[in-house]
Amino acid sequence: MKEYKTINQIAGPLVFVEGISGVSYGEIVEIILPFGERKKGQVLDISESVAVVQIFGTTSGINISQTSVKFLGDTMRVSVSDDMLGRIFTGMGEPKDRGPKIIPEEKLDINGLPINPYSRECPADFIQTGISTIDAMNTLVRGQKLPIFSASGLPHNQLAAQIARQAKVRGTEEEFAVVFAAVGITHEEASFFMRNFERTGALEKSAVFLNLANDPSVERLITPRIALTVAEYLAFEHDMHVLAIITDMTNYAESLREIAAARQEVPGRRGYPGYMYTDLATIYERAGRVRGRKGTVTQLSILTMPGDDKTHPIPDLTGYITEGQIVLGRDLYRKNIYPPVDVLPSLSRLMNLGIGKQKTREDHKGVSDQMYAAYATGRDLRSLSAVVGEEALTDTDRKYLRFADEFENKFVRQSLYEDRNIEQTLDLGWNLLSLLPEEELKRVKSEHIEKYLKKNASVRTC
Amino acid sequence: MATKKTNDENSARGYLKRISGPVVEVSNLTDAKLYDVLRVGKQGLIGEIIKIVGNTCIVQVYEDTSRLKPGEPVENTEQPLSVELGPGLLKNIYDGIQRPLKDIEAKSGHYITRGINVPPLPRDIKWEFTAKVKIGERVKVGDIIGEVQETELILHRILSPYEGIINKIKSGKYTVEQEIGEITVGGKKNNLYMYQKWFVRIPRPCAEKFPPIIPLITGQRIIDTFFPVSKGGTAAIPGPFGSGKTVTQQSLAKYSDTEIVVYIGCGERGNEMTEVLTEFPHLKDDKTGKPLMERTVLIANTSNMPVAAREASIYTGITIAEYYRDMGYNVALMADSTSRWAEALREIGGRLEEMPGEEGYPAYLARRLAEFYERAGRVQTLGKDERYGSISIIGAVSPPGGDISEPVSQNTLRVTKVFLALDAALAQRRHFPAINWLMSYSLYKDSLDEWFRTNVAHDFPGMRDKAMELLQKEAELQEIVQLVGPDALPDKEQVVLFVTKMLREDFLQQNAYSEIDAKASFKKQYLMLKSIIFFYEKAIHAIDIGVQLKKIQDNLVTMKIGRMKEIKENELEKLSELHKEIDVSFTEIVKK
Repeated sequence: MKEYKTINQIAGPLVFVEGISGVSYGEIVEIILPFGERKKGQVLDISESVAVVQIFGTTSGINISQTSVKFLGDTMRVSVSDDMLGRIFTGMGEPKDRGPKIIPEEKLDINGLPINPYSRECPADFIQTGISTIDAMNTLVRGQKLPIFSASGLPHNQLAAQIARQAKVRGTEEEFAVVFAAVGITHEEASFFMRNFERTGALEKSAVFLNLANDPSVERLITPRIALTVAEYLAFEHDMHVLAIITDMTNYAESLREIAAARQEVPGRRGYPGYMYTDLATIYERAGRVRGRKGTVTQLSILTMPGDDKTHPIPDLTGYITEGQIVLGRDLYRKNIYPPVDVLPSLSRLMNLGIGKQKTREDHKGVSDQMYAAYATGRDLRSLSAVVGEEALTDTDRKYLRFADEFENKFVRQSLYEDRNIEQTLDLGWNLLSLLPEEELKRVKSEHIEKYLKKNASVRTC
Repeated sequence: MATKKTNDENSARGYLKRISGPVVEVSNLTDAKLYDVLRVGKQGLIGEIIKIVGNTCIVQVYEDTSRLKPGEPVENTEQPLSVELGPGLLKNIYDGIQRPLKDIEAKSGHYITRGINVPPLPRDIKWEFTAKVKIGERVKVGDIIGEVQETELILHRILSPYEGIINKIKSGKYTVEQEIGEITVGGKKNNLYMYQKWFVRIPRPCAEKFPPIIPLITGQRIIDTFFPVSKGGTAAIPGPFGSGKTVTQQSLAKYSDTEIVVYIGCGERGNEMTEVLTEFPHLKDDKTGKPLMERTVLIANTSNMPVAAREASIYTGITIAEYYRDMGYNVALMADSTSRWAEALREIGGRLEEMPGEEGYPAYLARRLAEFYERAGRVQTLGKDERYGSISIIGAVSPPGGDISEPVSQNTLRVTKVFLALDAALAQRRHFPAINWLMSYSLYKDSLDEWFRTNVAHDFPGMRDKAMELLQKEAELQEIVQLVGPDALPDKEQVVLFVTKMLREDFLQQNAYSEIDAKASFKKQYLMLKSIIFFYEKAIHAIDIGVQLKKIQDNLVTMKIGRMKEIKENELEKLSELHKEIDVSFTEIVKK
């Protein structure tokens, strides 16, 4: 192994090493500090005699004369094994609990390789999360990547924990293994998840990777990749259905910007690097189903929108890569509605593949579309009635207003431990739709109105 | 044009000097030309020279560059990036530099590993070749020398790449690599094959370009009726995420009346390509009942695949499209999304430390976009028989935050003639296709009106303009309604609101997932629009003679109008009956 003492420049997380030879691009580097402390890094740029190394962790304590640099001859790899379930690791993949070392079945490159689009299979198995706004209107399917767009102060952690707890594929006993990656979140948030997993016994089928707020920010670029490498391994080598939860992707993007700035790269929008789309894609695209393999990787990442702004580069680029998004709304939260899922900007692109006859119920799509249209109309009318008063509205309009209110109170709202099955959810939907005149129900098929509307009509006194 | 392998070690071999992401520097390639394709490193990764400085070539590599070392050898193929054109393209799925993903799977499994070298066209298939020229005949470039039934739907015409005299040619079963004949070009003998190579960055020539006078029939009501695209035309679909760009693109690919579809998934989601791949073999072509896949070429360079190959994917796709155009086919090219392509340009530009233009995009973005869209058009092809072909380009644009004032949208709009503005607000209320009718435009409308008058109905353009006028009026009235409420409007204006709601819900909205509604013929579109406009005229007349507004709003015939979409194409007489019913219903209302 080649070792050098030829550092000639240190700038932020970057170290420039001179006079090297035989070093490859992307290679992992070990830095040995004067007092024996060791750090890791990666080669970012390599020419005939100079290597630029990015250090994971802080660069404090590195000096030019006494620090030595060892090139390890390979790119970043993680040891994987199915014994990793039930264990807790650091953001770099080292065991953090008191358990034994992992005996690797394989050592895999954390960057993975792109899945051949030809080898993919369309995700189509409905996941019942027990949450009405997701199951009925933004259906999650196995192998999908569906992020939660949240904002500071909203209960996205509770929602993610509830999904992890309740998610199941109906008609099968197959359980989800959870791979959880904490990226730059606080100790408090991390321990919320840990307690939750412990209490529900979910920890035994989870592998947890923790990069906390006070861990080096460069490691944040590594943690999700390690977690997804493990997820892919469990799914495609051990036939497991894996739910990968990554929180919080905003911290990831912040790190990406920090490193790009240190490298003095030309910044793109709001200082984020121009390649952020490609970089995020190498994370989000690591989900799906592969032909001939039983396992799947479903990705549920959480990001907090800076300033509640959906057009901020982080949620914006994410939305262009992921298969939809679940958006949490502050207005709903203020009304004390949990989970505050704002269905209008939310979307599941793969929904149509997972619903309908034999999968959920024949009326699913119609009910969902009708509720979307009705709720949107109701919300518009709310602002109108604020100006002109409810009296100036037509009868039908007033019914829409009532629908929007009931929708939020009965359909969106549910308790932290309420696990509604899809029939309950859809029946509840029909119950709400019965508030509207029948001729307004253009999105549902006439035969479904016959079959479901009467049965679930709410008894109205007014 | 067979690949020429050079053995001149000195000029064709260099070594790696520096590696920085997808861009590497190579020394010692003395005779290298700009855009020559290289084999980089021991694994032979494919790269392309994008800049030459003194003795150093700057190269973009189409594969992941991890583990490359300075000093590794680099070989020059001395040819620019090219595609293979010949039978076997259809039904295939390629990555951005025309490597067949199916064969890659066979070689390397579910993941795409590096340095894989697979020929684009299958080498083992024997095609039934029928010669169309005689020995001794003089042919020009672009003349048909023979035919191959490539799929059940498409007859593949083999075009002569040379001008000369045919020495030998024989029908029979050949693979693409076997000679089908021989041609004398200026005294020199050349072998003829069923395939040829073409440099992707150079447009294939044609005899003449024609103005847009025939519409591309898409089966999508809002497009065909209000914002028609012509055969050989260009359209841009910008919209924020979740507004239905991809669904619109896929609908166009499925239902457009073109013979060939080239679908480029450029930096988009892997699962979306899978959806196309699983769906197209099951979808049937209307005329022939054969799967749509039989006339489709897919290019998939998903967002997590190497960025440089994403840049190339657009050119690979358009070159294949031009090849089928030259056979005399109408081709629809879907590029989803051109923003990702522009971002690839930006990323490479950034690595080259070029002076950036607007928002970090390179200064040549506008030129490159214009060059790409200019490759569309309806043309007379080369060759002595009169053949006409066309390429229509429909490019999706993904503007950051949905704001189309950004450079990619703006430069695209400057060259494309149809603008289909997708609107997140419409998508949120599940109004699909979420094309905003007030913001969109089509510059082909006037040149296509003549066609509409002769082929659809003489009053069709007029009716369309009337409907658009009503929709414009609605937008104005809505502003007033926001202030005073709907009841304060005069009856006639309330009728406008009532009818435009009908237009929006019963005409513009179209369900891509419904078997009956996903596609509407021009006849159905015309009859549907006519019903609504007829209703409007009757209603205004009724108001004029003093009928109460409430009676019009309660007219039960509106329920039937609401279910017009569900009428099948072979039962269109029901729509004509509906006209009578509208008439009768109003006579009754007026009587009371």
